[in-house]
Amino acid sequence: MLPDVLAKQPTVAALEAWDASAILDGKYDRSELTLVIEPERIADVCCFLKKERQYNRLAAVTAVDWWPAEPRFEVVYLLHSLPLNERLRLKCRLPGDAAQIETVCRVWKAADWYEREVFDLFGIRFRNHPNLTRIMMPEGWQGHPLRKDYPTAGRYSYQGEAIS
Amino acid sequence: MSDWAQAPPPGDELTETGTRRMKINMGPQHPSTHGVLRLMLELDGETVTQAACDIGYLHTGIEKEAEAKTWVQAVTLTDRLDYLCPLINNLCYSLAVERLLGLEIPPLAQWMRVMLSELTRINSHLVWLGTHAMDIGAMSVFLYCMREREDILRIFEMFSGQRMMTSYFRPGGLYLEPPRGWQGPVKKFLASFPSKVDEYEDLLTANPIFLRRTKGVGHAALEDLVDYGVTGPMIRAAGLAWDIRKSEPYSSYEKFDFDVPVRTESDVYARYQVRVEEMRQSARIAQQALEGMPSGPWKADAPKILLPDREQMKTEMESLIHHFKIVTEGYRVPEGEVYQVVESPRGELGYYVVSDGGTHPYRCFVRGPSFGNLQSLPKLVEGRLVADAIAALGSTDFVLGDVDR
Repeated sequence: MLPDVLAKQPTVAALEAWDASAILDGKYDRSELTLVIEPERIADVCCFLKKERQYNRLAAVTAVDWWPAEPRFEVVYLLHSLPLNERLRLKCRLPGDAAQIETVCRVWKAADWYEREVFDLFGIRFRNHPNLTRIMMPEGWQGHPLRKDYPTAGRYSYQGEAIS
Repeated sequence: MSDWAQAPPPGDELTETGTRRMKINMGPQHPSTHGVLRLMLELDGETVTQAACDIGYLHTGIEKEAEAKTWVQAVTLTDRLDYLCPLINNLCYSLAVERLLGLEIPPLAQWMRVMLSELTRINSHLVWLGTHAMDIGAMSVFLYCMREREDILRIFEMFSGQRMMTSYFRPGGLYLEPPRGWQGPVKKFLASFPSKVDEYEDLLTANPIFLRRTKGVGHAALEDLVDYGVTGPMIRAAGLAWDIRKSEPYSSYEKFDFDVPVRTESDVYARYQVRVEEMRQSARIAQQALEGMPSGPWKADAPKILLPDREQMKTEMESLIHHFKIVTEGYRVPEGEVYQVVESPRGELGYYVVSDGGTHPYRCFVRGPSFGNLQSLPKLVEGRLVADAIAALGSTDFVLGDVDR
């Protein structure tokens, strides 16, 4: 069950009334609201928030790697509602092994590049993304640099893109 | 080979008009892409039918690097993200860390931050105006803009010792005490600046060539821009009066009196008008900060976080210990996460900082405004002329350091 301080927030109340099973956890810390969402439901939750709660902006999508803890990845969605002037953070916890989640590109077009960036730097796959390719690192790069177990020392020479 | 004459290369089918579409590559070294942005354009005659951006040429892994630095060392990395507004990047990072630490910043430091942030905004808009005007053929504006920018860079140098990579705002306040007599150059600059803006406007605002290159060019609807994550002057030129300095004030911006310029045309010219007006408003804010500058300490009272004064360090054991701890290990920041936003010259600049209670940032994600703004570019250029693509590109005012990080 969610703590009282959260349940009083109108967004949380609306979301709970819609589908209580989608919210796994949440906190209100340093005047910022964070909700942990069931990863399978993320696209629906985002759709609901955009339509019913006026969260018309996706400021960014990013991730945090808690290696070696499990679940290893946290995908973080930074939402903003311009009409309400409110911000909300959604989180989805994903296992380290073959991490994947549904894309939110169909809700906000802004998600396109941000999800590509998370894919490139963390190796998290976004299902049904229109163009899930590397964005920062060159094609054919080995590994995902923002993972905590990515080697920061040693030698690695990039061989360039394979031209077929 | 002779095959070239007969068969078109794959992907180049004939269009309805009997012409052939051509794919061309613009950049990464094209002068109007300001940095290393590569655009892939598909053209039908002179019309852009499809556009795509290829970014990442300037990716330097700053977010990864920040994880290997102590909390205060990471400030120096933030300068290098958006190199046209280093101080605003310093400010956003410092505010995020201060919120994690729960630090109170004295009024003098807050006002100084506002004043220097606004000078940074002018500096950034000057570079934008100069290069944008040059892209579309008005060469001399660039020289005028650089003339005033030089004065601002001298002011930065006076405060921090650096012209560009300032690192002047640190978690807890300022890096150094403001230099003696700092008011003089700032006052002199602010007194003359409004008339300088008039000069730029004389050159451009009613210039028929400039008007024809910019009016109605690069148009996009407000809803699309919001959907693409566009922020800042671009969104204000599309009719939305949203400025983070007003909607989510930080560093005592609520105490300053200024207007948020808005236009509704959402074209290159409207973006130009918004930015020029923003320069005037920034000068107004800086003037208010200069006149009402409070007195008092310039850094927070937090001996375990900020380096002690030299004099104290030499006479007090406690200060010496603090100095040693801060320099060798760094300070610890309580566990937690914050997303701090500020209004950068380009829009919403956000730092999502996560601490695991250690001496280094566990994760430091930067939401660069240019990243979102650039994402909307295909929307601005598709269906228009190639020459207009240059104007539209300039009007998004991206900085590749901020896009690629």
